[in-house]
Amino acid sequence: MKFSPFFTTNTSVSVVMLKVMLALVPGIIAYVWAFGYGIVVSLILASATALLAEAAVLQLRKRPVMPFLLDGSALVTAWLLALALPPLAPWWLVVVGTLFAIIIAKHLYGGLGQNPFNPAMIGYAVLLISFPAIMTQWPAPLELTSAKLSFVDQWHYIFNRALPTGIGLDAMSSATPLDYLKTQLMLHHPIETIAQAKFFGTFAGKGADIVAGAYLLGGLYLLHQRVISWHIPTAFLVTLALISGVFHLVNPAQFASPLFHLFGGATMLCAFFIATDPVSGATTPNGKLIFAAGIALLTWLIRTYGGYPDGVAFAVLLMNIFVPLIDANTQPRVFGHSK
Amino acid sequence: MSLNLGQIFKFAGGVHPPEHKVESTEQPIRTVPLPKTLVLPLRQHIGHIPKILVKVGDHVLKGQLLAEAHGHVSAAVHASTSGTITAIDEQVIPHPSGLPDLSITLQADGKDEWLKHAPLDYQNMERAELIRRIAESGIVGLGGATFPTHVKLRPDARHPVTTLILNGAECEPYITCDDLLMRERADEIIQGAAIMQRLLGSTECLIGLEDNKPQAVAAMNAAVAKANFNAKVVVVPTLYPSGDSRRLIALLTGKESPAKGRTTEIGVQCFNVATAQTLYRFIAHGETVVSRIVTITGNVARPGNYDALLGTSVRDLLQAAGGIRDNTDDYVMGGPMMGFSLPSVDVPMTKAMNCVIASTPSLFPLAPMEMPCIRCVACADACPVNLQPQELYWYSKSNNLEKADEYQLFDCIECGCCSYVCPSHIPLVQYYRYAKSETIAQDRAKQAADQARIRNEERLERIEREKQERAKKHAERTAKAETAGDDNEKKAAIEAAMARAKAQKETVIPQNTEAVSPTVAAEIASVDAARAKAAEKTE
Repeated sequence: MKFSPFFTTNTSVSVVMLKVMLALVPGIIAYVWAFGYGIVVSLILASATALLAEAAVLQLRKRPVMPFLLDGSALVTAWLLALALPPLAPWWLVVVGTLFAIIIAKHLYGGLGQNPFNPAMIGYAVLLISFPAIMTQWPAPLELTSAKLSFVDQWHYIFNRALPTGIGLDAMSSATPLDYLKTQLMLHHPIETIAQAKFFGTFAGKGADIVAGAYLLGGLYLLHQRVISWHIPTAFLVTLALISGVFHLVNPAQFASPLFHLFGGATMLCAFFIATDPVSGATTPNGKLIFAAGIALLTWLIRTYGGYPDGVAFAVLLMNIFVPLIDANTQPRVFGHSK
Repeated sequence: MSLNLGQIFKFAGGVHPPEHKVESTEQPIRTVPLPKTLVLPLRQHIGHIPKILVKVGDHVLKGQLLAEAHGHVSAAVHASTSGTITAIDEQVIPHPSGLPDLSITLQADGKDEWLKHAPLDYQNMERAELIRRIAESGIVGLGGATFPTHVKLRPDARHPVTTLILNGAECEPYITCDDLLMRERADEIIQGAAIMQRLLGSTECLIGLEDNKPQAVAAMNAAVAKANFNAKVVVVPTLYPSGDSRRLIALLTGKESPAKGRTTEIGVQCFNVATAQTLYRFIAHGETVVSRIVTITGNVARPGNYDALLGTSVRDLLQAAGGIRDNTDDYVMGGPMMGFSLPSVDVPMTKAMNCVIASTPSLFPLAPMEMPCIRCVACADACPVNLQPQELYWYSKSNNLEKADEYQLFDCIECGCCSYVCPSHIPLVQYYRYAKSETIAQDRAKQAADQARIRNEERLERIEREKQERAKKHAERTAKAETAGDDNEKKAAIEAAMARAKAQKETVIPQNTEAVSPTVAAEIASVDAARAKAAEKTE
């Protein structure tokens, strides 16, 4: 027997997830252009691991495998994690992070729709705490290095840690701008001088700011497709710009500019792809604003005063804890009720 | 914020499903031939079942009262053609339950002969008398809610109605009966509105239509101009569910009716356009409700709108629409957003039936597999009541009914917008229907339990009271005896009582073991011996 409504829109979880992945494509293309093929290898590794882990756990949990495998949520988690990891990382790092994200952060909590924490960020946080040295080894922008690796070379390096003769690790890796900024500030150099470093681009890190721009583009597509609402990206970016702006105005030598914060690190990825994860995020309109503003505040605090170069992952996870509280206290007024 | 500018306000949410209205609007309203048998369920409205006035074998005329409104909220049922009553029994009615309900079966005599009827001189009639007459007319809300109209027209001193709203929005896909009615009988609708205005004492009349009905808008505007009646046709954007009365009121006036109250609390009363037209037919011609216009569409040969007598079977309606085409597997009454599958085509058309859609597996396919909720809040964005459907779903599914109620479950109008947009294909409305009925059942059980508890407490109290009263009486009596008689007398009485008890103990207790065979007697003796032994042991 059928029940009303007798028809529905053609959308599905798979379509939503596909759109998210489609929106990531410009960012991935920019990433390859700026830093080489390493990220593609990471994406393939993470995707394969995620699908295998998802299938295995679904089997164990006696859930229908194909419908859940095809919902695309595991792939989105895998992609977000891969994009957050340094592309020079060894294969096992990607695999461990993805396994942790899918098995522990997602399925142990009940699978799709049940995880209180963003699975990709859990995977990232576990790796950052467990393997800090590898997690800070980022490739230098291709523009600045003569050591350009082919796709096959990348593959070799990630699996065997073997580099073509004549290329040293130093030649192709560098600190990230956020990292560099932090260490230099500790040495009491003013930002003006720090920003003279060759890997600083127009807004933030050279190449990284272009990738951030591409993420922004993908994010606008998601907004247009109504996969995400404006609340989280806007509140996140505006809050981050405001805090960093105020401090930058007060002391430009000590505090990085809003543009550096907006286009540096994982800001754009967080604004449109990570903080907007519907499962672990706030759901009410006002709740979304509070949730995103909280992430921005924590991100800035961790970046400025914390021990880690970027604060997005921890900021998101910390705010995930507050989601039930935020949602319960930001219920919108129901039609015909005074409040 | 002046209301007379025809300003359009907004309500949150809403969806825009494919309209499918063109199919049934290409032809004018056609009349369904007189059927041989008509079945008239007594419950064709919200409220009490009416009182039957006829018996099997009676010959009745068209428009004759068969059952009169009974109770505060109730509506009358009339014979929709002339003929003989052949049965008064339970018949399957168009209801999702598929359960039968008390109905009157009428065998048409083919003459379709009207009972003598005359216009009502409503201008010179007392209002109370007029309301009483309308209560006899059988008019109910014809938009589908079927609330008895005379109840809504009763004057309410506490909440005077200033604005009369006619609902011609017809926002559900497929349904076009109001559209065609407005195109063809706009004058009668406006006349009906004028009568309503007079009864309610309202000062303005707004008529709301969605912008997908330009012909109806033109016809209504022309009718308003011709009638010289102070009404304003307001065109609202096509957005489901703008035809829900509270949403339409918000669109036209910017006011929200209180969630737990009536629309009259904000000075508004809202009627469907077909209700106004039916009221006009009753007042101006004396015609009681014997027919309605119904959209027959979907997988039929001649989709369109049909003027049919109440009680005509859906089978006959489909036949009038050229019959069903191949692959028809279901019949939906109402629109696809809020309608339900008919239990059978052999159910009668009632006052609530505005549309029947013959559907096929491709027209209304089975929903894909239900996936978990990903809290994307597409449902919350679509909800016209501004609820949080994802939370209501969570609490309904986990049977946390108190929490669901806290999130205003009972404000849900079951419009289906949330289910319509859900990417996980969760039948959300079904969960809410379940939670609502479960809450109501629990409330009833709780009330019953409370009542039982109160009764028990009162019983215990009564027993205690009676005991005390007895004790008091006893004490009084002994006190009296003490003062009256002396000690010796009392002692003698006690001794006598003790002697009586002793005598009773000594008399042999009769046993039912006389006249038994010697073997049985021996057995009894041995058992008695064993008992005596056992008694000794325990001592």
